[in-house]
Amino acid sequence: MLNRFVALTSLGRRTLPNLWDFVALALVLGVFALAAPGWRGMALPLEAPETAQLSLDYWELPYYGLRTTLRMFAAIGFSLLFTLVYATLAAKSRRAEMILVPLLDVLQSVPVLGFLSFTVTFFLGLFPGSTLGAEGAAIFAIFTSQAWNMAFSFHQSLRTVPRDLDEVAKGFGLTPWQKFWQLEAPFAMPGLIWNMMMSMSGGWFFVVASEAITVGDVNVRLPGVGSYLALAIESKRIDCVVAAVVAVALIILAYDQLLFRPIVAFSGKFRVELSASQDEAESWVRDLFVRTRWLRAAAAWPASLLRRASLWKMALPYAAPRLPESRRGAVVFDVVWFAAVGAALLYSLSLVFEFLRSAVSLEEFRHALLLTFYTMIRVIVLIALATLIWVPIGVFVGLRPRIAEKIQPLAQFLAAFPANVLFPIAVIGILTFRLDPDIWLSLLIIFGTQWYILFNVIAGASAFPNDLREVSANFGIRGFAWWKNVILPAIFPYYVTGALTASGGSWNAAIVAEYVKWGDDTIEAQGIGAYIAAATAAGDYPKIVLGVSLMSVVVILFNRLFWRQLFGFVERRLRLS
Amino acid sequence: MSATKAPLLELRNVFQAYGRSSGEKGPIVLDDISLRLDDGEIVGLLGRSGCGKSSLLRIVSGLARPTGGEVLYRGEKVAGPVDGVAMVFQSFALFPWLSVLANVELGLRAKGVREADARRRALKAIDIIGLDGFENAFPKEISGGMRQRVGFARALVVAPNILLMDEPFSALDVLTAETLRTDLLDLWVEGRMPIKSILMVTHNIEEAVLMCDRIVVLSSNPGRIAAEIRVTLAHPRNRLDPEFRQLVDQIYALMTRRAEPAKMRESTFPGLGLGMALPTVSTNTLAGMIEEVAAPPYDGKADLPTLADSLQLEIDELFPVAETLQLLRFAELAEGDIRLTTAGKRFAEMDVDQRKKLFGDHLLAYVPLAQRIRRVLDERPSHYAPATRFREELEDYMSEDYAEMTLRSVTTWGRYGEIFAYDEGAQAFSLENPQ
Repeated sequence: MLNRFVALTSLGRRTLPNLWDFVALALVLGVFALAAPGWRGMALPLEAPETAQLSLDYWELPYYGLRTTLRMFAAIGFSLLFTLVYATLAAKSRRAEMILVPLLDVLQSVPVLGFLSFTVTFFLGLFPGSTLGAEGAAIFAIFTSQAWNMAFSFHQSLRTVPRDLDEVAKGFGLTPWQKFWQLEAPFAMPGLIWNMMMSMSGGWFFVVASEAITVGDVNVRLPGVGSYLALAIESKRIDCVVAAVVAVALIILAYDQLLFRPIVAFSGKFRVELSASQDEAESWVRDLFVRTRWLRAAAAWPASLLRRASLWKMALPYAAPRLPESRRGAVVFDVVWFAAVGAALLYSLSLVFEFLRSAVSLEEFRHALLLTFYTMIRVIVLIALATLIWVPIGVFVGLRPRIAEKIQPLAQFLAAFPANVLFPIAVIGILTFRLDPDIWLSLLIIFGTQWYILFNVIAGASAFPNDLREVSANFGIRGFAWWKNVILPAIFPYYVTGALTASGGSWNAAIVAEYVKWGDDTIEAQGIGAYIAAATAAGDYPKIVLGVSLMSVVVILFNRLFWRQLFGFVERRLRLS
Repeated sequence: MSATKAPLLELRNVFQAYGRSSGEKGPIVLDDISLRLDDGEIVGLLGRSGCGKSSLLRIVSGLARPTGGEVLYRGEKVAGPVDGVAMVFQSFALFPWLSVLANVELGLRAKGVREADARRRALKAIDIIGLDGFENAFPKEISGGMRQRVGFARALVVAPNILLMDEPFSALDVLTAETLRTDLLDLWVEGRMPIKSILMVTHNIEEAVLMCDRIVVLSSNPGRIAAEIRVTLAHPRNRLDPEFRQLVDQIYALMTRRAEPAKMRESTFPGLGLGMALPTVSTNTLAGMIEEVAAPPYDGKADLPTLADSLQLEIDELFPVAETLQLLRFAELAEGDIRLTTAGKRFAEMDVDQRKKLFGDHLLAYVPLAQRIRRVLDERPSHYAPATRFREELEDYMSEDYAEMTLRSVTTWGRYGEIFAYDEGAQAFSLENPQ
């Protein structure tokens, strides 16, 4: 929302374009030019999905990168749409909330990669003979990695809209539509955008994993960096793997600079705070845009259109005189609602049970349970290891603002980088030195997710209050006592956030990391991740369902029994307010 | 009174109670409030925190529904936000992402007023309220006083008949608040605001006397109308005018007087016995107040308005302290004065350990909740009791917020008086202090 007043007056006086207009225009046109062939390719009809031609030529990489990026855009677009509808519904209706919020919690814990096989078959069936089916499956896979935390954040914001602002909106008689766009959406903006960024980071991992997938005898290859990588692995071309790594790094950097920095800088305006904050986010792209004249004038029209749309009344005639429902009516409705929910629950439970009972033996179940246990040990040990390594480093860096300034963006970049692109390199190492896959493949699980611990610890140490530092220096608190009483409690809330993210990501990564290929060689570790991956490759659906269900249950228990307790403790005792 | 014209606003036997999730009615907030507002007057609702004055304002504006009774606007029953009523908030409640101009325009635009029209009217309101030049500023860029001016402009631009103000000056510093009050009164007296009547909530006695034509004093927990005072002084009023001072003194006296002297000792705070809601007052403040009153020039007896002035305390801050002292029998309140008891005077002369002992003794003797916690701890062999046990008990008498506040207060006082210990991590009371 640009300030129209300033824009109009400056337009009136001087209308010649300046240098910034050209630069910005070039950027925008460049993006359009890049996007055009990408979209055309997406809807092209295709003889059969499995015969897509891919080339290992380096010069194809920009095009593949573009296709991958467009997939990410499409997924984030759907995630946004989903968030706006789902979270709003959950926040506005008490009954919907009872179902939708726990559902979200579960969806968040389910290892979505495990479901790739289902979604691929589903979407291929939806668009027979066209690449759209495979595209849909890939986009859906990315979507499932992005949408949940965005919806959570939005729901949280909707529930915490400041009461006085809410009263102003009510007092002026804003309709629900007006209130949503004037108050609720802007209020939720900063949190939503931050979560979108985190989602984007997470999404790269899935886009790489979902572009090339084999389910039984269905072999899907979509033009993109992920497929390029898969092809390089099949052909044992290490140079192409490196090229893919570079391409992904460049795409992520461009994405961050061109898209997210400007949006974050822009969203600072929606923060509800009483004084202008010290650490305003910076973005050269936004500055460029603000300095242009023509471009801004061009943006004024759609901006004013949007503003008008946000002020439409959209009043629903029948909902206008909303009377509080009578107590008895509410109780009756509650009973019906709970009955319906309960019935749906029982039905789906019986479906799952029936499916597993007919296809899975008790022996198989025990085996899978044991494998889940192995993977859990892996995740726990590796999170502990990463903690031992990165907490001291993070503290060291975070307490030195100059170093932190340089390391922090790097850590965030590494967290966004899809670690699965690097897996082939690690596999070569394991093959060459004949290492034990049960131990060394484990490292891959934590490879992409450890950075969440690092950058959260850095953030925590950077935020450590200076007066507390001075007090501990003044009293000569050093060594073990300093770690135990001063710095660890201070960074702990941040650490927990980071470790939770890392742990969630690690479970997902296990599906890819415990079962890796290089050419015809397959290396496999003992774990539920490998179990699911192998079942997917073989198209063995009962085993996939069993593996994913077990993993989901363990992850949810892990979150409830461990992480949530830890969060409660942190909230009560360690929050520096 | 002629019945030809309905009053601008009328409240008939308004009754409000906290809703419980179980559906039953909780503690009473407002009890049988009847009030009318006529054209051309400023009416002040004066009371302390917990008297439900903000709830009352929200009922008047149609933002909240009373549990019983009715609100009539120009003779019509109010069932939701009313068009002719606009509100100014204590916290300003500006949309941080909208410029000053957009904030002021919002109410008009939401009602579908055309853009050019809305712009014209907003600029006019901004002009009246003295915000020229700030049209494009964002709320976080301007000072508190300017923010509240935006709040006023936003309310005035919709041309309401009634302006509601919820402690509009209490978030501002003294000087800014005074300027804003004077400006507002000037506009009112000169008839430059398109409003017919103002209803304001305040806990500042002087502010009420300075601005209002009629002051409605509310008692606390539950909120009841304790008195209604007409102020006939001409504007501009002078705070040093003897008549002004006399009125202020009179209201102080009114607010410290007890209806039935026999009940006085028990009714200092709302509720009886265990159900007494205790205010958040630190033991340092209590000790400080005793010392202040014990020392010259007061020598054990002080006039509350004078004390409030010299300590820079508003009644919202002063009354809870004074009444806690009264509850603990360190002081007595009567007719706008505070007088230390013998125990209070002894307290002033003691050293730290003796003070803690005396405070603990009084706490056990006069605060039923403290007694109860101590007795439970004494009776149990483990000398240990979770806080939830007492919190749930309190919630039978008061809202969850009040129960929380009361428990926190008694914990702080109990810790100071060393009559029990509290472990925050375990959320439990015990008799053992860490060694």
